[in-house]
Amino acid sequence: MAVRKVTLRINGKTYTGRAEPRKLLTDFIREDCGLTGTHVGCEHGVCGACTILLDGEAVRSCLLFAVQAEGAELATVEGLADGDRLHPIQQAYQDHHALQCGFCTPGFLMTTLALLRDTPQLTETEIREALAGNLCRCTGYQHIVAAVAAAAEALASGAHPDAYPPFARPAGHAASRRRTADPARKERERSAANDRRTSGAASKRRPRQS
Amino acid sequence: MKPAAFEYHAPRTVDDALALLDAHGDDAKVLAGGQSLVPLMNMRLARPGVVVDINRVAALDYLTLGGGALRIGALCRQRTVERSALAAEHCPLLRDAVRLVGHVQIRNRGTVVGSLAHADPAAEMTAALTLLGGEVTATGPGGERTIPADELFVSYLTTSLDPRELITEARFPVLPAGAGWSWTEIARRHGDFALVGVGVVLTVRGGVIADARIALTGVGPTPVRAARAERALVGAAPGDARWGEAAEAVRAEIEPDDDIHASAAYRRHVAGVLTQRALAEAHGRAREAA
Repeated sequence: MAVRKVTLRINGKTYTGRAEPRKLLTDFIREDCGLTGTHVGCEHGVCGACTILLDGEAVRSCLLFAVQAEGAELATVEGLADGDRLHPIQQAYQDHHALQCGFCTPGFLMTTLALLRDTPQLTETEIREALAGNLCRCTGYQHIVAAVAAAAEALASGAHPDAYPPFARPAGHAASRRRTADPARKERERSAANDRRTSGAASKRRPRQS
Repeated sequence: MKPAAFEYHAPRTVDDALALLDAHGDDAKVLAGGQSLVPLMNMRLARPGVVVDINRVAALDYLTLGGGALRIGALCRQRTVERSALAAEHCPLLRDAVRLVGHVQIRNRGTVVGSLAHADPAAEMTAALTLLGGEVTATGPGGERTIPADELFVSYLTTSLDPRELITEARFPVLPAGAGWSWTEIARRHGDFALVGVGVVLTVRGGVIADARIALTGVGPTPVRAARAERALVGAAPGDARWGEAAEAVRAEIEPDDDIHASAAYRRHVAGVLTQRALAEAHGRAREAA
């Protein structure tokens, strides 16, 4: 099977490797780029352990082939901490005991990163829905939800201007861009307002575990 | 390596993609979002010899309004529809349904058209297309043809597409002015496939139901319109008693299956309950709009 050259960027650094087309992006990141923070769980898109950012959006790297990521900008858990200084999201997870064995944590962290970047203010229900694509078998989720809420607060304080480096943002997503200039954001705010308005009725009508 | 080996192509134009499908026929699979195909390949339930990745066909990445419908190109991600002001304004039913497709990581990659082509019997997008009376453009060696929703879905994971064809566009008709809508479903976790999902579009004029559309997912091999319940509603005055009758009609006309997640009897029961809720919600919205 023809092996292809794959060049991509991870956490702002360029990596080049060679991969059969069937090689999953998760395996390429771990084996060829040597970044083993991204974990391999179910390998069929259920557990979320392999969540990374691809061109700024949270995706499951086990459902992508490495060859598809040619030229892409990736962010993995290794891109979060600044040396020994934990990212505010990591710090919140540690402070709130949001991990026990830690296997699922890289996926949760990357999901949280994209979530808080796009939606700085969240209700608990919104946090739980946003985390529904990541499974944790240790914590029972309560501490993770608490950590995300705390991280949202920490990031909203403005004390962490570098929380979302360029490789963790969609193309054209400038840090300085005014919030109101983003139509998608306005739409999200509008629908969030709608959700709040109808949330009493909705929660009665739509029983969910989350 | 999880999947079996395959030959990989990433064409940049529709013509190149079609040429590859024409050359490889049954042995080729189209890869768009990959959120259904790649799990199947990882488990080796699918072993295509050739993968035609259309993610670099930029011409298929669009979401526009035209001809009374939301027009969605084959590369438009579910997340784009979820975030779209255009979809929220003109096709809120679709917007509400798309938010329940998988999880955010899935919707960031998954495409609306890919979900239609995959035709999972519990999918939201297939039922939304059926509910709204939408259609797709299938492009193949013989050119383009239009396939209405009720001719597209044939059975479990089976469509009327030829292996040499690609769905290039799906069209979801915009809601009529004054119509109310609802999408409601029961899933074991947020983001899971629905055990049962029900969509409703309701138009009320002069205190009488002028038009009613009800479609369900998860209750058979394809999405189904509840024609008997719809007929019973049209011409009647809206109200709780009507919704109850419609629920009974739905229970009588569907034939759900048992599976590991729910029994047929439970699905039938839930389909009625959801129909009632969806009709009440759609009616409330129709009143707000009036």
